This record gives sequence, C-alpha cells and structure tokens, in this order.
Amino acid sequence: MKINTPQELVNKIRSCEKCLAQKFSGETGTKALLVCGGLGCISTGAGDIIELLKSKLKEKGLEDKVSVDSVGCFGFCSQGPFIRVYPGETLYRMVKPEDVDRIIEEDVIGGRLIEDLVYVDPKTNKPARTEKDIDFFKKQIKIALYGSGIINPESLDEAFGYGSFRAFHKVVTTMKSQEVIDEILKSGLRGRGGGGFPTGRKWQFALDQKSDVKYVVCNGDEGDPGAFMDRSILEGNPFAAIEGMMIAGYAIQATAGYFYVRAEYPLAVARLRTAISLLEEVGLLGENILNTGFNFRVDVRLGAGAFVCGEETALLNSIEGQRGQPRPRPPFPAVKGLWQKPTIVNNVETLAIVPYIVRNGAEDFAKLGTEKSKGTKVFALGGKVNNVGLVEVPMGTTLRELIYEIGGGIPNGKKFKAIQTGGPSGGCLTEKDLDTPIDYDTLIARGSMMGSGGAIVMDEDNCMVDVAKFYMEFICDESCGKCTPCRIGTKRMLEFLQKITEGRASLEDLDELTELAYAVKENSLCGLGQTAANPILSTMANFHDEYLAHVVDKKCPAHVCKKLMEYYIIPDKCKKCGKCARVCPVQCISGTLGKTPFLIDPLKCIKCGMCYSVCPFDSIIKR
Amino acid sequence: MAVMQEHAKKRIKEIVASHKDEPTPLLVVLSQIQEEFGYIPLEVQEVVSEEMDIPVAEIYGVVTFYSFFSLKPKGKYIIGVCLGTACYVKGSQNIIDKFCELLKIKPGETTPDGLFTVDALRCIGACAIAPAVTINSKVYANLTVDRVEKILKEYEGGAN
Repeated sequence: MKINTPQELVNKIRSCEKCLAQKFSGETGTKALLVCGGLGCISTGAGDIIELLKSKLKEKGLEDKVSVDSVGCFGFCSQGPFIRVYPGETLYRMVKPEDVDRIIEEDVIGGRLIEDLVYVDPKTNKPARTEKDIDFFKKQIKIALYGSGIINPESLDEAFGYGSFRAFHKVVTTMKSQEVIDEILKSGLRGRGGGGFPTGRKWQFALDQKSDVKYVVCNGDEGDPGAFMDRSILEGNPFAAIEGMMIAGYAIQATAGYFYVRAEYPLAVARLRTAISLLEEVGLLGENILNTGFNFRVDVRLGAGAFVCGEETALLNSIEGQRGQPRPRPPFPAVKGLWQKPTIVNNVETLAIVPYIVRNGAEDFAKLGTEKSKGTKVFALGGKVNNVGLVEVPMGTTLRELIYEIGGGIPNGKKFKAIQTGGPSGGCLTEKDLDTPIDYDTLIARGSMMGSGGAIVMDEDNCMVDVAKFYMEFICDESCGKCTPCRIGTKRMLEFLQKITEGRASLEDLDELTELAYAVKENSLCGLGQTAANPILSTMANFHDEYLAHVVDKKCPAHVCKKLMEYYIIPDKCKKCGKCARVCPVQCISGTLGKTPFLIDPLKCIKCGMCYSVCPFDSIIKR
Repeated sequence: MAVMQEHAKKRIKEIVASHKDEPTPLLVVLSQIQEEFGYIPLEVQEVVSEEMDIPVAEIYGVVTFYSFFSLKPKGKYIIGVCLGTACYVKGSQNIIDKFCELLKIKPGETTPDGLFTVDALRCIGACAIAPAVTINSKVYANLTVDRVEKILKEYEGGAN
C-alpha cells in the first residue's frame, strides 16, 4: 500500500512501533526467537537451527505463538551461533542443532533458563544471561549498527517499528537542504571509510554546485582485509543506509543514488535489493515522495573484485563501466563526479549514522567521542584475541579497553605484540600505545590510521616483517597500474621484503627500502599508493630489532619466515616413536625405532611442518 | 567455446539488450555473463563489443582488470581460501598451500579434470571464523590443515 503523505508515514510508523514493542514485550502472550544470521553464525550452523526451530514449533502447533527470525549480526562472532529469546532478552550462545528441542521445551514452553547455554564470564565464572551482563557488550553503543541484530532486515514494518524514516520525515517536513547540512556539520560527523573528511563539508561543496543532476554514491566496496562492518550494516539493517542516502540526497538536492557493493557480499546485495523494492512499493523511493516534490531513486551496482575501487574516483570510473582507475583531483567528485555531475561519495557506515543524528539531534551525537572525532566507530576485532567480532564503541576508547575488556585479552596465555589498524593503508600500534584514546588524529600521529575500522591483534607468534610483506603483496596485486610510483614502487618494496624474510638482505637494503617507501608515499596519484608504505614504515619504526634480526643475525624471532628457521627434535624429549619420520615427505628424518632419538637433516628439510604437527610429545621445536 | 554456439550468442545479445536503458552498463553486463557462463573468452567479448558499440580493446581492458572476471573456464568446485589479514595471521597460507599440494595446482589454476579451482581470496569478511574457506557457496569455518584432505574427499566422492 502506498504511503502518500508525511502524515500517513507518521501513522504507519506509529502503528509499526506498537507492533514491534508487542513482539518484544510478549504482552499478547507471544514469544520471539531471534537467530543471528551473520556469516560467522551461518557457517557454524545457524541456518540449520532456524529450519529446525521452525519445523519443531510447527509440529507442536506453536508457529502462531512463537516467531523465528533470522536477523543481522550480533557481533560476538566467536561465541556463535546465537539465539535471543523475547521477552526477557535471554541470550543463548554456541547453540547446536541438538539444543533446539531443549530451547523449545525448557525455555519457550517451560519458561526456565537453560544455564549451560548462556555465556559464562571467564573472570567470575558466573553465567551472564543477557547482553547487559556480558563485558563484550557493556561498553558498546549502537548508532551505526542501530537496529542490526534486532529487526528482521527484510521487513519494512519492523524497520519502521524501530525508528526508521522518522529522520527522513523530519527532514522533508521541517528542514531545508542547508539546515540538514548545518545539522551534520554541527554533529562533527567525519567519513567512516578511512579518510575522516567532515561529511557536512563534503555535502556543502555538492549543494553549492549548480546542476540539474546530482548523485549520491554509497561506497560499500569494503576491500580492507579484516573489516566487515559495512557488510554487517547492509545485512542487519539496510534501511538505515538507504534512509541516510535519501537524507543526503535531499541535502545536496540530488535525484538518484547508487550503492556500490562488493560482489563478494551476495547476502548484503540481496537484502539491499529487497529493501529498495519494498521502499519503491510504498512510494518512499521514486517520484514525488510523500507528495513533497522530492524525487529520488536508488540503484545497486556490484564491484567486481578490485580493492582500488574503494578509492572514490576509481569507484566512479567503475560505475561508468571502465577500469577502476583513480582520476586526478581536482576536479573533486563534488564538482565533477559520476558522469561529470556533482557527486558525493559516502561510506555505508557514515550514511547509516545520518538518520540517528537527524532523529536525536547533532548535540546528542557530539556528546560522544573526542574533541575532533565525534560519535562512535565500528571496529572489526580479529586475529589473536579471545572475543573476535564486531564492536561499536565511542571514539576515544583506548586500545586497552578494546583488546582486554571488550576483546577479553589474548588467547592461550600468549603475549600481546601489536594491533594493526587501517588495513593495508595503516600501521601497527604496540604496548606503549595501549592507553591512547583512539580517534582519527591520534592514530595518524602514531603512524597508523583509522581506515575503515579493521583491528587485527597479533601476538608473539606473528613476525612483523612477514606482516609487512603480507600487506605489500596485497597492495602490489591491487595496484591499478596507472601511476608509476605505485605500480613499480610497490613491486620493488615487495622484493626488498622478500630478500629480508629470506635472509638475503643487507643493512644498506633497509636504508634503500626506507627511501623508496617515502618516495612512493609522496608521489603516488591516489590514496592506495600514498598509504602503501605505511605498514613498512610503521613496523620498521616499532620493530626495528626484528628487522635487524632478519638482516644481521639471519633469524626470524617469531619463527615464521621459513628460510630463517629450522625444525629441531630435542633428543632428550624424543620418545623414539618414529611418527615424524613416517610423515616426512622428503625422508629427511632418521633414527631407530625405540632405540636412538630421531634427527632432522636440516639440509634436506623443506620445512613443511608435518613432523611438528604430528609429534604427540611436543618434542619438536622451531628455532 | 572455441566455436561459439548460436544459443550462447543469442543469450549474450539478450543480456546486453536487457540493460540497454541503464547508463554505462558494461560492468553489469559482464558480471551477468561471468555468472551465467563462468568465463568471458575473447569470442564473447567480440559479441559484447558489437552489441554495445565499445571497442574490444576496452572490454578486454575491463575484463582483465577485475579479478571477478575470468578468461578461462573455472572448475566445478571453486575453492576460495581467504587470505585476508585475520585469516592470514591465523595460518591460512598453510591451508592454501595444502590444497595446492594435494591438487597439484597453483592458486588461480584448475585441475586437468575440471573439478577444482583454487583461488586466493581477499578478505571475505568472515574474520571471526578465521581461517575461512569457501567451496562454491559453502563456508568452512576455523579450518585447520589436517582437515583439508577430508574436505577434498567429500567433493571428489560427490563427483563420481
């Protein structure tokens, strides 16, 4: 049914709010089961659990009393799959298909808590029934992830019920374009895609351009390895990003918007397309929306696997059907963007925050964060940390809070070594930076950057030279080839790193590498090349000793670089079982069963690690 | 597709025609062809060129630029090993090495029987379940090197 006027929209929102509140409060005798549908949970069995829940409830004739929804990511991926039960918000974690019967019998029907399925706080050993009791969630504030994990992402009514389009209503009924931009400026919102450019200023440039056609482009080409917040937003609450785009469109007086999303995210694309068609059906996208004279349509374009397309001008070229190579600037996209028309390019997270700011006011948003970085930021916490997942915290949260309080520390009693932020464009932060409040400027001052929010924790088993090499391989692969410093410079830098990790480098090579790194940084055309050297410069600054160990001592202290380490059987610990010799693919392990300890011939060994992984007595070490 | 079959040509023309009202739809068209046919050889690019009035050189430039497009057919099962940062620090390099060792191919190649292709993927956003591997649309979480052989067996068995 069409929604024709602002008043009809308000009425619709109100009735949906009532419905959703009823669903969660259970006041009409119903219960609701929300199952996390994030990729982490799906790949560990959430899909089967949903099917089972539905069929078992049907068997018992409860399908009208108990609803089951697959919702967006809960964020606490290392403990999935999750089910949240309403009313009461009890959170069951690590649910297996065989637990489904118990959940229905004991909780849904019996109303009893199933203690062994709730999270147990590792510090106090006490069960934590709801998210409010779990450290991982306590410090989080959901603004960009608002509604994600709560609403059914394929239901417009639930989106309405959770506050979506209240902001849009406010904008079209009470604000002029300039007033919207002023509000965004006042909120201090900065681009969440990496650069941190003030969003309001970008919009102002575009509004100031005289043109009959303007575009809003949403950058969902989340290529930064280790970051998945944009996907999570699009999968969990696509309406938030679309509403943000519509408000941006109203603010700069655009008539069309494009979502550019990675083809690697098929579910996000599908959810986005569903959301768009639902909005078209009710007339919230299209011509003369709510009879206000505002026209806006939205389309989706897919990326085809090129990291550089995250750079805004390369992205525009890609939408135009060309190779995704960046354009020289100026002219900036706000002046000449998509098809030479004024265009703003905003990241998914940025646009998803916009409705919150309009709904709650700029002051409410600006209360959070630091002086120059307002609001919250979503981080994808990964790598060697106990609580892997997606977290949204106020800017200014320290790394210590992020890693130890929310992240629950480093697994297996290992020692923290570094945290890598900003992906291939960023750098490493170490022990000494743990108490730094994280915002755009503090990270840059310490040689890293915010990037899109990937935060990969590394422990003593990670070699920092190898990490730098990993990023350089990535950049080298993804360099588009348009400008020489990046195309050739990244290749040469990679060769230096290969020399270092293989023990062929000299001290002069380190100096040359540094010089080259600065040359690439200063002379490249776009952000990809300008930041390509950051992982090298930052690991060199923080882990100089480790570089020296590779170059001078020809040793890899973390025992990662294969050419610089060897496997060794400790004679006293060897139980002479011969298991290692049997699996060795090159027969380089000799010894006599039960009599003499086994011995690896280092000249023949190919360092495949098979012996190391099969030894039942941990008698084999890397050194 | 050495000699392109008529119905394939017809289908490609249909795909191009279905996007004619969109501005600059080249990438959309190529994506759809890649999805339906599994690869975009030169003969297909020539048809697209004629239909869309874009030089083949330009189309070839686009096809080779994006990693999603392939000039050669891929295997029945595409094994994508994520080499994103989170997976890498948890040892995904060893996993792709193991797949390649067992299948006797390099990343990006297809086995001679056309059954498997091994691809190194950039982050698939499954960092929480690192190391992650996808085989067609199925995701394998928290993979370890010693599970690789067993997983391959599942698919080898299914094909016989």
